[in-house]
Amino acid sequence: MSKILININGKDYSAEPGKMVLDIAKEVGIYIPTLCHYEGIKPQGSCRICTCKIDGRNMTVCTTPATHRMVIETNTEELEKIRATIVELLFAEGNHFCPACERSGNCELQALAYRYKMMVPQFPYIFPAKDIDAKNPKIMIDHNRCILCKRCIRRKQEPENPSWFVFKDRGNKVQINLDHELTADFDDELAQKAMDTCPVGAIIRKEKGFDVPIGSRKYDKNPIGSDIENQGVTL
Amino acid sequence: MSKPIVATTSLAGCFGCHMSLLDIDERILDLIELVEFNKSPIDDIKTFTKQCDIGIIEGGCCNSENVHVLKEFRKNCKILVSVGECAIMGGLPAMRNNNAPISECLEEAYLNCVSVQANDEKIIPNDEELPMILDRVYPCHEIVKIDYFLPGCAPRADLIWNALVALVTGNEMDLPYEVIKFD
Repeated sequence: MSKILININGKDYSAEPGKMVLDIAKEVGIYIPTLCHYEGIKPQGSCRICTCKIDGRNMTVCTTPATHRMVIETNTEELEKIRATIVELLFAEGNHFCPACERSGNCELQALAYRYKMMVPQFPYIFPAKDIDAKNPKIMIDHNRCILCKRCIRRKQEPENPSWFVFKDRGNKVQINLDHELTADFDDELAQKAMDTCPVGAIIRKEKGFDVPIGSRKYDKNPIGSDIENQGVTL
Repeated sequence: MSKPIVATTSLAGCFGCHMSLLDIDERILDLIELVEFNKSPIDDIKTFTKQCDIGIIEGGCCNSENVHVLKEFRKNCKILVSVGECAIMGGLPAMRNNNAPISECLEEAYLNCVSVQANDEKIIPNDEELPMILDRVYPCHEIVKIDYFLPGCAPRADLIWNALVALVTGNEMDLPYEVIKFD
Protein backbone atom coordinates (compact mmCIF):
# COMPACT_ATOMS: atom_id res chain seq x y z
CA MET A 1 0.00 0.00 0.00
CA SER A 2 1.28 3.45 -0.78
CA LYS A 3 2.58 5.74 1.89
CA ILE A 4 0.54 8.54 3.40
CA LEU A 5 1.54 12.03 4.40
CA ILE A 6 1.16 13.27 7.97
CA ASN A 7 2.14 16.52 9.60
CA ILE A 8 3.76 16.47 13.04
CA ASN A 9 4.55 19.81 14.70
CA GLY A 10 4.42 21.63 11.39
CA LYS A 11 6.67 19.24 9.48
CA ASP A 12 5.52 16.72 6.87
CA TYR A 13 6.47 13.08 7.12
CA SER A 14 5.56 10.12 4.94
CA ALA A 15 4.35 7.13 6.89
CA GLU A 16 2.73 3.76 6.54
CA PRO A 17 -1.06 4.01 6.77
CA GLY A 18 -2.57 2.40 9.85
CA LYS A 19 0.59 2.66 11.90
CA MET A 20 0.04 4.22 15.32
CA VAL A 21 0.98 7.90 15.50
CA LEU A 22 3.12 7.19 18.57
CA ASP A 23 5.32 4.75 16.64
CA ILE A 24 5.70 7.09 13.67
CA ALA A 25 6.70 9.97 15.95
CA LYS A 26 9.25 7.75 17.64
CA GLU A 27 10.77 6.77 14.29
CA VAL A 28 11.27 10.39 13.33
CA GLY A 29 12.83 11.32 16.64
CA ILE A 30 9.83 12.95 18.34
CA TYR A 31 9.33 11.77 21.89
CA ILE A 32 5.79 11.48 23.20
CA PRO A 33 5.66 10.28 26.82
CA THR A 34 3.93 6.99 27.59
CA LEU A 35 3.15 5.05 30.75
CA CYS A 36 0.54 2.39 30.04
CA HIS A 37 2.05 1.64 26.65
CA TYR A 38 4.68 -1.07 26.33
CA GLU A 39 6.27 -2.01 23.06
CA GLY A 40 4.93 -5.30 21.76
CA ILE A 41 1.63 -5.35 23.63
CA LYS A 42 -1.68 -4.07 22.36
CA PRO A 43 -2.06 -0.40 23.31
CA GLN A 44 -4.96 0.51 25.55
CA GLY A 45 -4.73 4.31 25.92
CA SER A 46 -5.72 4.42 29.57
CA CYS A 47 -3.06 6.62 31.18
CA ARG A 48 -3.71 9.53 28.75
CA ILE A 49 -0.15 10.81 29.11
CA CYS A 50 0.49 10.44 25.36
CA THR A 51 -2.43 12.77 24.60
CA CYS A 52 -1.69 14.91 21.54
CA LYS A 53 -3.74 17.30 19.48
CA ILE A 54 -4.82 15.47 16.33
CA ASP A 55 -6.73 17.60 13.83
CA GLY A 56 -7.72 19.86 16.70
CA ARG A 57 -8.87 17.13 19.09
CA ASN A 58 -7.04 15.71 22.10
CA MET A 59 -6.42 12.01 21.45
CA THR A 60 -4.11 9.32 22.78
CA VAL A 61 -1.56 8.69 20.05
CA CYS A 62 -0.74 5.15 21.20
CA THR A 63 -4.21 4.04 20.03
CA THR A 64 -4.68 6.33 17.03
CA PRO A 65 -3.66 4.98 13.61
CA ALA A 66 -2.26 7.52 11.19
CA THR A 67 -4.40 8.63 8.26
CA HIS A 68 -3.57 10.72 5.22
CA ARG A 69 -3.16 14.47 5.86
CA MET A 70 -3.47 14.07 9.63
CA VAL A 71 -2.17 17.12 11.51
CA ILE A 72 -0.60 16.35 14.89
CA GLU A 73 0.75 18.62 17.60
CA THR A 74 2.76 16.79 20.23
CA ASN A 75 4.28 19.38 22.53
CA THR A 76 2.15 22.50 22.89
CA GLU A 77 2.12 24.25 26.24
CA GLU A 78 -1.42 23.03 26.85
CA LEU A 79 -0.47 19.39 26.24
CA GLU A 80 2.64 19.59 28.41
CA LYS A 81 0.49 21.03 31.19
CA ILE A 82 -2.02 18.19 30.86
CA ARG A 83 0.80 15.64 31.05
CA ALA A 84 2.42 17.27 34.06
CA THR A 85 -0.98 17.27 35.77
CA ILE A 86 -1.47 13.56 35.07
CA VAL A 87 1.91 12.85 36.67
CA GLU A 88 0.99 14.97 39.69
CA LEU A 89 -2.33 13.13 40.04
CA LEU A 90 -0.55 9.77 40.00
CA PHE A 91 1.87 10.92 42.69
CA ALA A 92 -0.94 12.25 44.90
CA GLU A 93 -3.09 9.16 44.38
CA GLY A 94 -0.57 6.47 45.40
CA ASN A 95 2.03 6.13 48.13
CA HIS A 96 5.15 6.93 46.15
CA PHE A 97 7.99 7.04 48.66
CA CYS A 98 10.78 7.47 46.12
CA PRO A 99 13.70 7.51 48.60
CA ALA A 100 12.73 4.04 49.84
CA CYS A 101 11.94 2.47 46.46
CA GLU A 102 14.16 -0.08 44.72
CA ARG A 103 13.05 1.26 41.36
CA SER A 104 14.06 4.86 42.08
CA GLY A 105 16.21 6.17 39.25
CA ASN A 106 14.85 3.57 36.84
CA CYS A 107 11.17 4.42 37.33
CA GLU A 108 9.19 5.78 34.39
CA LEU A 109 6.74 7.72 36.54
CA GLN A 110 9.56 9.37 38.48
CA ALA A 111 11.43 10.08 35.23
CA LEU A 112 8.37 11.86 33.85
CA ALA A 113 8.14 13.92 37.03
CA TYR A 114 11.80 14.89 36.52
CA ARG A 115 11.11 15.74 32.88
CA TYR A 116 8.23 18.01 33.85
CA LYS A 117 10.22 19.44 36.79
CA MET A 118 7.55 18.48 39.32
CA MET A 119 8.58 20.01 42.64
CA VAL A 120 5.37 19.11 44.45
CA PRO A 121 1.99 17.84 43.21
CA GLN A 122 -0.68 20.55 43.22
CA PHE A 123 -3.11 18.02 44.72
CA PRO A 124 -3.31 16.85 48.35
CA TYR A 125 -1.81 13.44 49.04
CA ILE A 126 -4.43 10.77 49.63
CA PHE A 127 -2.23 8.18 51.38
CA PRO A 128 -4.57 5.30 50.46
CA ALA A 129 -4.42 2.10 52.51
CA LYS A 130 -2.53 -0.45 50.40
CA ASP A 131 -0.91 -3.82 51.05
CA ILE A 132 2.22 -5.59 50.00
CA ASP A 133 2.00 -9.12 48.62
CA ALA A 134 5.28 -10.93 49.26
CA LYS A 135 4.05 -14.53 49.12
CA ASN A 136 5.86 -15.41 45.91
CA PRO A 137 9.46 -16.54 46.53
CA LYS A 138 10.84 -14.49 43.62
CA ILE A 139 8.76 -11.36 43.26
CA MET A 140 6.98 -8.92 45.51
CA ILE A 141 3.92 -6.83 44.63
CA ASP A 142 3.81 -3.42 46.31
CA HIS A 143 0.34 -1.99 45.69
CA ASN A 144 1.42 1.36 47.17
CA ARG A 145 3.42 2.07 44.05
CA CYS A 146 1.08 0.60 41.43
CA ILE A 147 -0.35 3.05 38.90
CA LEU A 148 -2.77 0.46 37.44
CA CYS A 149 -1.38 0.74 33.92
CA LYS A 150 -2.28 -2.93 33.39
CA ARG A 151 0.97 -3.59 31.51
CA CYS A 152 1.68 -6.69 33.60
CA ILE A 153 -1.79 -8.05 32.87
CA ARG A 154 -1.74 -7.29 29.17
CA ARG A 155 1.73 -8.64 28.54
CA LYS A 156 0.97 -12.29 28.00
CA GLN A 157 4.25 -14.09 28.15
CA GLU A 158 3.53 -16.64 25.41
CA PRO A 159 0.45 -17.07 23.23
CA GLU A 160 -0.62 -20.30 24.91
CA ASN A 161 0.07 -19.03 28.42
CA PRO A 162 -2.36 -16.96 30.41
CA SER A 163 -1.23 -13.75 32.10
CA TRP A 164 0.43 -13.95 35.51
CA PHE A 165 -1.58 -11.02 36.78
CA VAL A 166 -5.27 -10.09 36.97
CA PHE A 167 -7.28 -7.09 38.14
CA LYS A 168 -9.18 -7.61 41.39
CA ASP A 169 -12.11 -5.48 42.63
CA ARG A 170 -13.51 -2.35 41.03
CA GLY A 171 -13.32 1.43 41.26
CA ASN A 172 -10.77 2.88 43.64
CA LYS A 173 -10.30 -0.55 45.24
CA VAL A 174 -8.99 -2.12 42.06
CA GLN A 175 -5.57 -3.73 42.34
CA ILE A 176 -3.34 -6.10 40.43
CA ASN A 177 -3.22 -9.63 41.73
CA LEU A 178 -0.55 -12.24 41.13
CA ASP A 179 -1.58 -15.77 40.17
CA HIS A 180 0.33 -17.63 42.87
CA GLU A 181 -0.23 -21.07 41.34
CA LEU A 182 1.10 -20.07 37.92
CA THR A 183 4.09 -18.26 39.33
CA ALA A 184 5.03 -20.71 42.10
CA ASP A 185 8.03 -22.03 40.17
CA PHE A 186 9.25 -18.65 38.89
CA ASP A 187 12.92 -18.47 38.06
CA ASP A 188 15.06 -15.32 38.15
CA GLU A 189 14.66 -14.73 34.43
CA LEU A 190 10.86 -14.75 34.54
CA ALA A 191 10.88 -12.61 37.66
CA GLN A 192 13.08 -10.09 35.89
CA LYS A 193 10.69 -10.14 32.91
CA ALA A 194 7.75 -9.40 35.19
CA MET A 195 9.66 -6.58 36.87
CA ASP A 196 10.74 -5.05 33.56
CA THR A 197 7.12 -4.88 32.42
CA CYS A 198 6.24 -2.61 35.34
CA PRO A 199 6.86 1.11 34.74
CA VAL A 200 7.13 1.79 38.48
CA GLY A 201 8.29 -0.20 41.49
CA ALA A 202 5.09 -2.19 42.01
CA ILE A 203 6.62 -5.46 40.79
CA ILE A 204 10.00 -5.97 42.42
CA ARG A 205 12.40 -8.90 42.29
CA LYS A 206 13.22 -10.20 45.71
CA GLU A 207 16.77 -10.36 47.04
CA LYS A 208 17.85 -7.81 44.47
CA GLY A 209 17.71 -4.06 44.43
CA PHE A 210 19.77 -0.92 44.84
CA ASP A 211 22.48 -2.68 42.83
CA VAL A 212 23.13 0.28 40.52
CA PRO A 213 24.75 3.21 42.33
CA ILE A 214 23.12 6.66 42.34
CA GLY A 215 24.47 8.52 39.35
CA SER A 216 24.55 5.52 36.97
CA ARG A 217 20.87 4.69 36.94
CA LYS A 218 18.77 5.00 33.81
CA TYR A 219 17.29 8.45 34.39
CA ASP A 220 19.99 9.99 36.59
CA LYS A 221 21.72 11.96 33.85
CA ASN A 222 19.42 11.76 30.83
CA PRO A 223 15.73 12.62 30.83
CA ILE A 224 13.25 9.98 29.74
CA GLY A 225 12.80 10.20 25.97
CA SER A 226 16.18 11.78 25.32
CA ASP A 227 17.28 8.59 23.52
CA ILE A 228 14.42 9.09 21.02
CA GLU A 229 14.98 12.82 20.68
CA ASN A 230 18.70 12.41 20.08
CA GLN A 231 18.49 9.75 17.38
CA GLY A 232 17.85 12.39 14.70
CA VAL A 233 16.46 10.04 12.05
CA THR A 234 14.12 11.46 9.44
CA LEU A 235 11.99 9.46 7.07
CA MET B 1 21.66 47.07 52.12
CA SER B 2 21.73 44.60 54.99
CA LYS B 3 22.16 40.93 54.30
CA PRO B 4 19.10 38.72 53.88
CA ILE B 5 18.41 36.71 57.03
CA VAL B 6 17.97 32.93 56.84
CA ALA B 7 16.40 30.65 59.44
CA THR B 8 16.35 26.85 59.20
CA THR B 9 14.72 24.04 61.13
CA SER B 10 14.34 20.28 61.06
CA LEU B 11 10.83 19.07 61.93
CA ALA B 12 10.08 15.37 61.39
CA GLY B 13 13.28 14.94 59.43
CA CYS B 14 16.66 13.28 59.85
CA PHE B 15 18.89 16.35 59.45
CA GLY B 16 20.01 14.93 56.12
CA CYS B 17 18.80 18.05 54.32
CA HIS B 18 20.87 20.24 56.66
CA MET B 19 23.82 17.98 55.89
CA SER B 20 23.15 18.52 52.21
CA LEU B 21 23.19 22.28 52.82
CA LEU B 22 26.67 21.86 54.30
CA ASP B 23 27.56 19.82 51.22
CA ILE B 24 27.95 23.06 49.24
CA ASP B 25 31.60 22.74 50.32
CA GLU B 26 33.72 25.89 49.99
CA ARG B 27 30.71 27.84 48.77
CA ILE B 28 29.71 27.99 52.43
CA LEU B 29 32.20 30.86 52.72
CA ASP B 30 30.29 32.71 50.00
CA LEU B 31 27.04 31.88 51.76
CA ILE B 32 28.24 33.53 54.96
CA GLU B 33 29.07 36.61 52.89
CA LEU B 34 25.65 36.54 51.23
CA VAL B 35 23.33 35.92 54.17
CA GLU B 36 23.02 36.12 57.93
CA PHE B 37 21.65 33.16 59.90
CA ASN B 38 19.08 33.52 62.64
CA LYS B 39 17.13 30.67 64.33
CA SER B 40 18.83 27.55 63.06
CA PRO B 41 20.54 24.39 64.34
CA ILE B 42 23.59 25.58 62.39
CA ASP B 43 24.28 28.51 64.76
CA ASP B 44 22.20 27.11 67.64
CA ILE B 45 19.96 30.15 67.96
CA LYS B 46 16.85 28.65 69.55
CA THR B 47 14.25 31.40 69.10
CA PHE B 48 13.69 34.08 66.51
CA THR B 49 15.44 37.30 67.50
CA LYS B 50 14.27 39.25 64.43
CA GLN B 51 12.15 38.99 61.30
CA CYS B 52 13.76 36.73 58.72
CA ASP B 53 13.65 36.73 54.94
CA ILE B 54 14.02 33.06 54.12
CA GLY B 55 12.90 30.09 56.22
CA ILE B 56 14.20 26.68 55.23
CA ILE B 57 12.02 23.82 56.46
CA GLU B 58 13.23 20.25 56.61
CA GLY B 59 10.82 17.45 57.56
CA GLY B 60 7.04 17.17 57.75
CA CYS B 61 4.75 17.59 60.74
CA CYS B 62 4.31 14.49 62.91
CA ASN B 63 3.56 16.11 66.28
CA SER B 64 2.19 19.29 67.87
CA GLU B 65 5.67 20.74 68.39
CA ASN B 66 6.39 20.49 64.65
CA VAL B 67 3.17 22.36 63.91
CA HIS B 68 4.05 25.03 66.48
CA VAL B 69 7.55 25.55 65.07
CA LEU B 70 6.25 25.62 61.51
CA LYS B 71 3.67 28.29 62.38
CA GLU B 72 6.39 30.31 64.11
CA PHE B 73 8.42 30.13 60.93
CA ARG B 74 5.48 31.31 58.87
CA LYS B 75 5.01 34.25 61.21
CA ASN B 76 8.68 35.23 61.25
CA CYS B 77 9.81 34.53 57.67
CA LYS B 78 8.82 36.26 54.47
CA ILE B 79 9.53 33.23 52.30
CA LEU B 80 9.26 29.60 53.36
CA VAL B 81 11.00 26.85 51.42
CA SER B 82 10.11 23.18 51.90
CA VAL B 83 13.35 21.27 51.52
CA GLY B 84 13.36 17.51 50.96
CA GLU B 85 10.81 14.75 50.52
CA CYS B 86 9.72 14.76 54.19
CA ALA B 87 8.73 18.43 54.12
CA ILE B 88 7.08 17.99 50.73
CA MET B 89 5.15 14.75 51.19
CA GLY B 90 5.90 13.45 54.69
CA GLY B 91 8.64 11.12 53.53
CA LEU B 92 9.71 8.13 55.56
CA PRO B 93 7.72 9.12 58.70
CA ALA B 94 4.60 9.30 56.51
CA MET B 95 4.85 5.59 55.84
CA ARG B 96 2.58 5.23 58.86
CA ASN B 97 -0.10 7.28 57.10
CA ASN B 98 -1.45 4.71 54.73
CA ASN B 99 -2.23 1.72 56.87
CA ALA B 100 -2.17 1.71 60.65
CA PRO B 101 -4.09 4.10 62.88
CA ILE B 102 -1.86 5.96 65.35
CA SER B 103 -2.92 3.74 68.28
CA GLU B 104 -1.59 0.69 66.47
CA CYS B 105 1.70 2.46 65.73
CA LEU B 106 2.18 3.38 69.40
CA GLU B 107 1.23 -0.11 70.62
CA GLU B 108 3.67 -1.67 68.17
CA ALA B 109 6.46 0.69 69.19
CA TYR B 110 6.01 0.54 72.99
CA LEU B 111 4.11 -2.67 73.79
CA ASN B 112 4.09 -5.38 71.14
CA CYS B 113 7.35 -5.10 69.25
CA VAL B 114 9.79 -8.00 69.78
CA SER B 115 12.49 -5.58 70.87
CA VAL B 116 10.37 -4.12 73.70
CA GLN B 117 11.92 -5.50 76.91
CA ALA B 118 11.55 -3.30 79.98
CA ASN B 119 7.98 -2.05 79.82
CA ASP B 120 6.18 -4.34 82.30
CA GLU B 121 3.69 -1.63 83.26
CA LYS B 122 2.73 -1.34 79.59
CA ILE B 123 3.16 2.42 79.43
CA ILE B 124 2.86 4.40 76.24
CA PRO B 125 4.76 7.67 76.91
CA ASN B 126 2.13 10.22 77.97
CA ASP B 127 3.98 12.89 79.95
CA GLU B 128 2.36 16.26 79.35
CA GLU B 129 5.78 17.71 78.56
CA LEU B 130 5.88 15.52 75.45
CA PRO B 131 4.41 16.92 72.24
CA MET B 132 1.23 15.18 71.13
CA ILE B 133 1.73 12.92 68.14
CA LEU B 134 -0.60 13.70 65.22
CA ASP B 135 -3.03 11.26 63.63
CA ARG B 136 -0.83 11.20 60.55
CA VAL B 137 2.24 12.95 59.20
CA TYR B 138 1.37 16.11 57.30
CA PRO B 139 3.36 17.71 54.50
CA CYS B 140 4.29 21.27 55.53
CA HIS B 141 2.16 22.89 52.82
CA GLU B 142 -0.95 21.26 54.29
CA ILE B 143 -0.33 23.18 57.56
CA VAL B 144 0.90 26.62 56.38
CA LYS B 145 1.51 28.27 53.04
CA ILE B 146 4.86 27.25 51.58
CA ASP B 147 6.33 29.38 48.83
CA TYR B 148 8.91 27.10 47.22
CA PHE B 149 9.68 23.38 47.13
CA LEU B 150 13.03 21.68 46.67
CA PRO B 151 12.62 17.90 46.29
CA GLY B 152 15.22 15.27 47.03
CA CYS B 153 16.29 12.92 49.77
CA ALA B 154 18.36 14.81 50.49
CA PRO B 155 18.05 17.59 47.88
CA ARG B 156 21.31 17.92 45.97
CA ALA B 157 23.58 20.58 47.45
CA ASP B 158 23.58 22.31 44.06
CA LEU B 159 19.79 22.53 44.11
CA ILE B 160 19.78 24.18 47.56
CA TRP B 161 22.63 26.48 46.55
CA ASN B 162 21.01 27.48 43.25
CA ALA B 163 17.71 28.17 45.01
CA LEU B 164 19.32 30.26 47.74
CA VAL B 165 21.36 32.25 45.25
CA ALA B 166 18.27 32.85 43.11
CA LEU B 167 16.27 34.00 46.13
CA VAL B 168 19.01 36.29 47.41
CA THR B 169 19.99 37.80 44.07
CA GLY B 170 16.50 37.88 42.60
CA ASN B 171 17.61 36.14 39.43
CA GLU B 172 15.83 33.20 37.84
CA MET B 173 16.82 29.86 39.32
CA ASP B 174 19.25 27.64 37.45
CA LEU B 175 17.57 24.22 37.26
CA PRO B 176 19.66 21.65 35.36
CA TYR B 177 18.14 18.17 34.94
CA GLU B 178 20.61 16.47 37.28
CA VAL B 179 19.63 18.45 40.37
CA ILE B 180 15.95 17.52 40.57
CA LYS B 181 15.89 14.06 42.12
CA PHE B 182 13.43 12.50 44.54
CA ASP B 183 15.98 10.25 46.27
